[in-house]
Amino acid sequence: MRENLRLTGTHVGCDTSQCGACVVHLDGKAVKSCTTLAVMADGHEVKTIEGLAADGAPLHPMQEAFREHHGLQCGFCTPGMIMTAVDLVHRKGHELSDEVIREELEGNLCRCTGYQNIVASIAAGAKAMAKSDLA
Amino acid sequence: MYEFKYHRPGTVRQAANLLVKNEDAKLIAGGHTLVPVMKQRLASPPHLVDLSHIEGLDTIEMKGRSLVIGATAKHAEVANSAIVGEAIPALAELAGLIGDPAVRHRGTIGGSLANNDPTADYPAAVLALGATIVTNKRRLKAEEYFQGLFSTALEADEIITKVMFPVPKKAAYIKFRNQASRYALVGVFVAKRPSDVRVAVTGAGSDGVFRATAFEEALKKRFSHKVLDGIAVPAEGLNSDLHGSAEYRAHLIGVLTRRAVEAANAKD
Ligand SMILES: Cc1cc2nc3c(=O)[nH]c(=O)nc-3n(C[C@H](O)[C@H](O)[C@H](O)COP(=O)(O)OP(=O)(O)OC[C@H]3O[C@@H](n4cnc5c(N)ncnc54)[C@H](O)[C@@H]3O)c2cc1C
Ligand code: FES
Ligand code: FES
Repeated sequence: MRENLRLTGTHVGCDTSQCGACVVHLDGKAVKSCTTLAVMADGHEVKTIEGLAADGAPLHPMQEAFREHHGLQCGFCTPGMIMTAVDLVHRKGHELSDEVIREELEGNLCRCTGYQNIVASIAAGAKAMAKSDLA
Repeated sequence: MYEFKYHRPGTVRQAANLLVKNEDAKLIAGGHTLVPVMKQRLASPPHLVDLSHIEGLDTIEMKGRSLVIGATAKHAEVANSAIVGEAIPALAELAGLIGDPAVRHRGTIGGSLANNDPTADYPAAVLALGATIVTNKRRLKAEEYFQGLFSTALEADEIITKVMFPVPKKAAYIKFRNQASRYALVGVFVAKRPSDVRVAVTGAGSDGVFRATAFEEALKKRFSHKVLDGIAVPAEGLNSDLHGSAEYRAHLIGVLTRRAVEAANAKD
């Protein structure tokens, strides 16, 4: 994705399936792309962070919530956090407690923020997604 | 990545033929064990046979008194299945404790059992519930299936097709996570079955999953955590590493077994 398609939004953090910086959606479900063989995805739909909102269009509500709530510092973990968060909303709905969000972030590491604002961003983004056409 | 040939069979029979025809071919299901191993060059199979596109191999259903889970059922599917939740809720909970949400979207029960990691969760459920592993060739009882660290009774060209779990009267799984890997530092699955009680321990044994028979005998007389007072699992033969000593693991087995029995009784 990064080298052949030049979709560099998806990050390689650990390359050992621990950090979640590489999370994309495969047939609509969050997966760690560093541990998913591209040939196995042949014939399936892959969505990266670039696919959340069209070029030049307003950001996806989850992206906007991270901006608004200061859910990132260096931003390295952010694409994976956002793709994980969008999947979480698809599975568990728009009203997410801090406890559920923290539990669901099991596979996503951030070395900057201390997670507090990531959790706040996801809670707000989940609510905003209820009012948006962008899934 | 180095080069390998990728095969996408549509049936178990085709997959089996590919394994027979190509020596050193490896099956891949979720890839969440095999891909990391390949990236580290600890394995470099020249042929990969993808099980994930075989229709019906991930079916979850009740067959008589048994819960039958197809080999390529993903951890998230088992965790969220209404059928599993109804028949053996402890098994659904166990699947929901594996790794993280993204891992659960890819990893499969068949892959986990074929790998038989000594700290994996499913082996504890399979051994405690007395499940049967069904392959393209035969049926294997849990006791004969697990054969030590990363080792099973599977032959090189044998494919797990499903796992049959007899429904217990009560069951619970309690996992104490390794803080770094989130695998089980110790995990205990307790099952009260119609004829006996089984306590299976993962994460602790230097030879992989095992049964705590002293606990089983006491619990068979009376299924209450109180009967466990004064009984302990010896530390000999348990893992000792930077995450915990053998004594610590032995202690955890006692604590988690008590909690599992309490949890199983609380489900009434
Ligand atoms: C970050 C991370 C955290 C994890 N945490 C946990 C955890 O907490 N607890 C836990 O139990 N596991 C954990 N796992 C392991 C995870 O559950 C794996 O998915 C699982 O062990 C292997 O399943 P798979 O389908 O991915 O197998 P694959 O990687 O595709 O295959 C594994 C092995 O099994 C063989 N195989 C696969 N399917 C079959 C079959 N049907 N018949 C015969 N052989 C087969 C393959 O040839 C290969 O040798 C974790 C993994 C990761 C990456
Ligand atoms: S790069 Fe995939 S999980 Fe870290
Ligand atoms: S913002 Fe820097 S790693 Fe999360």
